[in-house]
Amino acid sequence: MSTIIESPRQPQQRASKGRVNWEKYGWIYMRASGVLLIILIFGHLFVNLVQGDGIKAIDFAFVAGKYATPFWQIWDVVMLWLAMIHGSNGMRTIVNDYASNPTVRRILLGALLVAAAVLIVLGTLVVFTFDPCSTLIPADQALSFCPVP
Amino acid sequence: MSTATLDSPPAPAEAPIPTFTVTMMVRRFNPEVDEEPRWQDFDVELYPTDRVLDALHKIKWEQDGSLTFRRSCAHGVCGSDAMRINGRNRLACKTLMKDLDITKPIYVEAIKGLPLEKDLVVDMEPFFASYREVQPFLQASSKPDKERLQSATERARFDDTTKCILCAACTSSCPVFWTDGQYFGPAAIVNAHRFIFDSRDEASSVRLDILNDKEGVWRCRTTFNCSEACPRGIQVTQAIAEVKQAIMFGKR
Ligand code: HEM
Ligand code: SF4
Ligand code: FES
Repeated sequence: MSTIIESPRQPQQRASKGRVNWEKYGWIYMRASGVLLIILIFGHLFVNLVQGDGIKAIDFAFVAGKYATPFWQIWDVVMLWLAMIHGSNGMRTIVNDYASNPTVRRILLGALLVAAAVLIVLGTLVVFTFDPCSTLIPADQALSFCPVP
Repeated sequence: MSTATLDSPPAPAEAPIPTFTVTMMVRRFNPEVDEEPRWQDFDVELYPTDRVLDALHKIKWEQDGSLTFRRSCAHGVCGSDAMRINGRNRLACKTLMKDLDITKPIYVEAIKGLPLEKDLVVDMEPFFASYREVQPFLQASSKPDKERLQSATERARFDDTTKCILCAACTSSCPVFWTDGQYFGPAAIVNAHRFIFDSRDEASSVRLDILNDKEGVWRCRTTFNCSEACPRGIQVTQAIAEVKQAIMFGKR
C-alpha cells in the first residue's frame, strides 16, 4: 500500500468550515452578562457592606439569613453562573491571544473549563443545600433557633 | 483689495533659515550580520519644515547608505512608509519634525507584528493575504452599458473607508494582531466595510460570513489603537463596530 503524502504547501486554513462558530454568541454574552453583573455585583456589595450596620453585620448568621430567602438564593446563583462563565470566557480569549502552542492552549482551555464547571456546581450546591443548623457546626457557635442536639 | 505695488516696502534681505540638530535613534537590523535588531543613533541637521522621511533621507544620502526603508510618493498617498515613530505608528512622510519633541532623540523603528526583513522594512505579505481574503473588489451581476448609478447618500455611507491606502499602520498597532497573527486585522475589515456598505455590491453576505470567522471581527477588543494610528483619519474602530452590527442585525 502506498501512503499519500499531503502537499506541504496547503494554504493556511481558517476556522474549520461547517462547524458552528460560537464567537458571535460569546461576544454578545460578554456584553449582556456584563450589564447584568453591574446590577448584581453592586447590589451584592451594597447589601453586604453598606446597608444597615455595614461590614460589621457580616457573620455566619447574616449569611444564613440571606440563604434562607429564595430571593437571595436566586440572586447569588445567577451572579455565580454569569460571573463564572463571563470570567472563564474572558480568560479563554486571553489564552487564545497568547498561547500559540496548540498543546499548551488545549491544556489551559481544558483547565479553565474544569475550574469553571467545578466552581459552578459546588457553588450552586452550597446555595441550595445550605443548612444553618448543620450538625457539623460546633454547639457553642450554633444559631439560637437551631434545635439543641 | 490691494495688490503688491512698487511703493510697498522692499522685502528684507533673506535671513538664513534656522536649522537644528536632531538625534535620530533608528532600530537597525541586517539579517546577514545581526542576530537581534540594535539601536543606532545619527545626528542630523534639519529645518523645522523637514519631516521624519527627510531625516531618514539625510542619513541614507549623507551618513550611511545601507539604511533601508520603503518610500515612494513621499506625500502620504502610497502607504509605503508606515513606521513606529516615538512609539506611535505614523507615516514618515507625514510626520513633521517640529511636531516632535526634538530636545530628546527621535526613535524610529519598523512596524510591529509583521516579520522584520531589514532595518525599517517588514514582510507585508501576511497583511496583504488577509486583505485578499475579504474579497476587496466590486461584485455585481448586472452588466450595464454605462456606469452603475448611486445616490450621494448611498456613496456617503462608506466614504470613510474608501480612503484607505493599505499602509498597515492600523493592523500593526493592534495588540490582538501582535499576539495572534491569525487575526484578520483592522485594515482587512476596513476594506471589507468599503464593499459591504456599497449599494452596488452584491456579495456583502459573503464578506460578513468571512468576517464572522473565529479570527474575524469578534477578536477586536475596541482598543482604538487603529483609529489613532490611521494617517488617513479613518474611524477604523467605528468601521469594525459597524461590521459587527451588520453581522448581528443585518445591514442598515
Ligand atoms: C461589573 C460588571 C462587569 C462588566 C460590565 C464586564 C464587562 C466586560 C466586557 C464588555 C468584556 C469584553 C471586553 C472585550 O471583548 O473587549 C469583559 C471581559 C472580561 N471580563 Fe468582565 N465584566 C464585568 C465583571 C467581570 C467579573 C466579575 C469578572 C471575573 C470573574 C470578569 C472577567 C473578565 C475577563 C477575564 C475578561 C476578558 C478580558 C479581555 O478580553 O482581555 N468581568 N468584561
Ligand atoms: S485603515 Fe488607515 S492605518 Fe489602516 S491600512 Fe488603511 S490607511 Fe493605513
Ligand atoms: S511615502 Fe507614500 S505614503 Fe509616505
